[in-house]
Amino acid sequence: MSVIVEANNLKAHYITHAFGVQRSVKAVDGISIKVSEGEVYGIAGESGCGKSTLLKVLLGAHQPPLTVVDGSVKYRFDGVEMDALAMGEAARRDIRWSKVSYIPQGSMHVLNPVRRIQDTFRDFIQTHRSTSAREAHDMTRAYLNELGLPEKVMRAYPHQLSGGMRQRVTIGLATILWPKLIFADEPTTALDVVVQRGVIQLLKDIRQKEGSTLILITHDMGVHANLSDRIAVLYAGKVVEEADTRTILKTPLHPYTQYLIKSLPHLDERTERVSIPGRPPALDHPPSGCRFHPRCPLAIDKCRTIDPETISVRPGHQVACHVVTEGIPHAASV
Amino acid sequence: MITVRDLLRFSPSFRYGAIILMVVVVLIILSYFSPFEPDDRRAVPRNEPPSFEYLLGTTSTGQDVFWMLTFAIRNTMIIAGVAVIIGRTIGVLLGMISGYVGGTLDRVLSSIVDSVIVIPRLPLVILIASILRGQITIITLAVLIGILDWAYPSKRYRAQIFSLREREFTQTAVFAGMNTFKIVVQEHLPFLIPFLLADMVSGFLFAIGFEVTLSILGLSDLNAQSIGTMIYWGNYYQALLSKQIWVLAAPIAASVLIVVGFYLMSIGLGTYLDPRTRLKRLEVRG
Amino acid sequence: MSLLREFILPRLLQWALVIFVGITITFLIPRLSPVNPISQALGRLTAFQNVAPEAMVELRETLEDLYGLNGSIFDQYVAFWKRVLRGDLGPSFSAFPRSVNEMIGAGLGWTIGLLGTAVISSWLLGLLLGSLAGYFSNRWWSQVLDKLLIFIYPVPYYIVAFVLLMAFTFYLPIFPLVGGAKGTPGLNWEYISSVLHHSFLPAFSIMVGALAFRFIMAKTLATSELASDYVQYAEMGGLPRRKIITNYVMRNTMLPQITDLGLSLGAIFEGALITEVVFAYPGVGSVLYNSIISADYNVIMGITLLSIVGIATASLLVDLSYPLFDPRVRLR
Repeated sequence: MSVIVEANNLKAHYITHAFGVQRSVKAVDGISIKVSEGEVYGIAGESGCGKSTLLKVLLGAHQPPLTVVDGSVKYRFDGVEMDALAMGEAARRDIRWSKVSYIPQGSMHVLNPVRRIQDTFRDFIQTHRSTSAREAHDMTRAYLNELGLPEKVMRAYPHQLSGGMRQRVTIGLATILWPKLIFADEPTTALDVVVQRGVIQLLKDIRQKEGSTLILITHDMGVHANLSDRIAVLYAGKVVEEADTRTILKTPLHPYTQYLIKSLPHLDERTERVSIPGRPPALDHPPSGCRFHPRCPLAIDKCRTIDPETISVRPGHQVACHVVTEGIPHAASV
Repeated sequence: MITVRDLLRFSPSFRYGAIILMVVVVLIILSYFSPFEPDDRRAVPRNEPPSFEYLLGTTSTGQDVFWMLTFAIRNTMIIAGVAVIIGRTIGVLLGMISGYVGGTLDRVLSSIVDSVIVIPRLPLVILIASILRGQITIITLAVLIGILDWAYPSKRYRAQIFSLREREFTQTAVFAGMNTFKIVVQEHLPFLIPFLLADMVSGFLFAIGFEVTLSILGLSDLNAQSIGTMIYWGNYYQALLSKQIWVLAAPIAASVLIVVGFYLMSIGLGTYLDPRTRLKRLEVRG
Repeated sequence: MSLLREFILPRLLQWALVIFVGITITFLIPRLSPVNPISQALGRLTAFQNVAPEAMVELRETLEDLYGLNGSIFDQYVAFWKRVLRGDLGPSFSAFPRSVNEMIGAGLGWTIGLLGTAVISSWLLGLLLGSLAGYFSNRWWSQVLDKLLIFIYPVPYYIVAFVLLMAFTFYLPIFPLVGGAKGTPGLNWEYISSVLHHSFLPAFSIMVGALAFRFIMAKTLATSELASDYVQYAEMGGLPRRKIITNYVMRNTMLPQITDLGLSLGAIFEGALITEVVFAYPGVGSVLYNSIISADYNVIMGITLLSIVGIATASLLVDLSYPLFDPRVRLR
């Protein structure tokens, strides 16, 4: 399987300087991931762990005060490698939407409120393809049809559609040119469960039709369970564990991942749900050593001082945890 | 919380505005030490251009322009100050009633306010002032201007209060059983005060503008010195056409300086109030 | 359709309310004064000129008729309304027997010409320049404009007009000092160019103030639009800049500016009045100024009344056009 996007030791910080105070929020602090073509790669983690920042940088859509201080992001389309961070404006515009696309968080508001849906679609299509207005409308009609949206959506304004419909329209807008690489940021948040199911199904359908790669970012493990092939668990700007979905769900190794999985409700179980004590750290002053150590019940002395390296426990399963690498028996004991 | 000191240090517009207003305050204080009375005619030689002895020259009625100006600035600021106090008091009260009581009372008040806003004030004021002509004192003028400028501010305060009421910390306080008065004073006032300050500046701008306008039209107390009356008398004695430009230039320059000074300070305050624009102005390294 | 009812009807009601309140205030003000306006007016009239006895009687009757002592306050009020609804604003004192309507009518065309130009051009230009400055906030010209406006925006209309007058008619005599036009009115180029020549500076001075306000507002709105989700998404989608600025930024910032236009019509009108005084431009403002000097009550009242009705109506029309631009109000 060829790699379609690769991040290497990526570090991106928010650096601000206001009223005499300088702050550096280390939102992404040394992340390396490899995504293979055609898979669904999930990124999981709590709010504030750096998911959205990571996404922005992977897209090359970061802007001051967000600055990349180290590392690289590379795309590979049809054997051609591109540096996502060093690309010029024109090159970036070229690949956006036709090769790389983005389904944003809060899809409620990404549609221009004073523009009809079909015109917004036309805007995006005509930016990347030279088509006439009529051709663009036809394309839109056909695609919306495929996605199961009624024709009257075309001439509607965003405020006339329900939240779920708007989300699906946005997904349609992002994928209409069949990009090879799709980034989805919390596509199901703020939707009720029934609509969520529809959205998940939609994403599955799109993937199936064109074999695109989907990078799915959400805190909702249920969604990951449904869609993702592999999952990377993020905590405080670092990847703490990465494996295929089954392994993460059945045999998580990192204490944080274990907590995440344990907190998932099962339909028949009636045991008490355990939530992780404490709160995620503020990223301008992250804890020393392993960032999870203040909340980790298994923390040893080493955890307080030395940042754990990512070790491959098995092929395709990586963990960054001293307790795991030192082989201390603890599995499923959290 | 960002203090006045921080504003002075990091906001150049606030700093320059404050400097200008300091100069204005100094001039006002100087007016109390003026060697001439404000209506002393023929105290100095007439129509002298600016020189070392007469810093800003003299007028055709034999008055020293510089010392006239100090009185003028003092009176204009008094008028503006009183007007702002009156106007903002009405505005804050109305805004708060509308904002805190809400419901039908709010709707009725808001309709009245929205209607009043549309009415052009200048013709109305001219009507009032020309009827009262000859009877207008500085305070009357101040009151007149004050009752003109409460409508828009009351809308703004109402909007602020609505947004404060919706905030989480208010709901928390209500749940915790805090009584309304305490909520208003302890939770909301810290937000309202800087907003009030910035709004008062715009009130000053309006009041100064109107004072100048009314005086130039000859509708204020023409025996008192104010920036507007200086211009009025300057025009009356044809200062422009007889090349005695300093008689007019001084009050005009002073008025521009004062309003610009106020405006600069309000920009500085505004930056502090609006976190969105604050983010845009951040210096970024990297 | 019912939504339009929910929007149009209340607005119409408000318009009626404004006119009602405005006219009532104009009615009340002379009555609330501590001075008897009739005696005052008559005294002023007879002080400098001999007025024929018949004219005096007619004047006194007219005056009494207008805000006089015919019956109770309520009777006077009703009579007042009757007159106003007939469109009769009474006779002028100083230019007796010319009617107020006539005097206002002579100046109205000039004022509307000035106002119209100022309102439309300052709104359009301000919107355009402000949005561009907001979008390109890092360019040098955007920053320069910002700094420049600091010295223009807060300055009272009179000062702006006066400084322009001094600069361009006196020190650099490019424009004429006074008047509306030279020569006889007619549709010939000579007259029209004279009109343009005379009206350039007054129009410009109003525009400067109105433009400054609109620019600042547009820039602020554009800046906040740039942070909106749909603009950021459009940027991410690589949409051409021109398209984003027109269809995504300006189309949205236009909306609050339409509402605001209704509110600032009053201010621009006031600016026009003052400007006419400075430039001796023969519009309604000059008529007002002259009537202040000659204490011609009726004219002052008439102009006050007319301006209230005029501004309220113009504001109504602007507000009613809002649904045409905002689909969220127009459609459910």
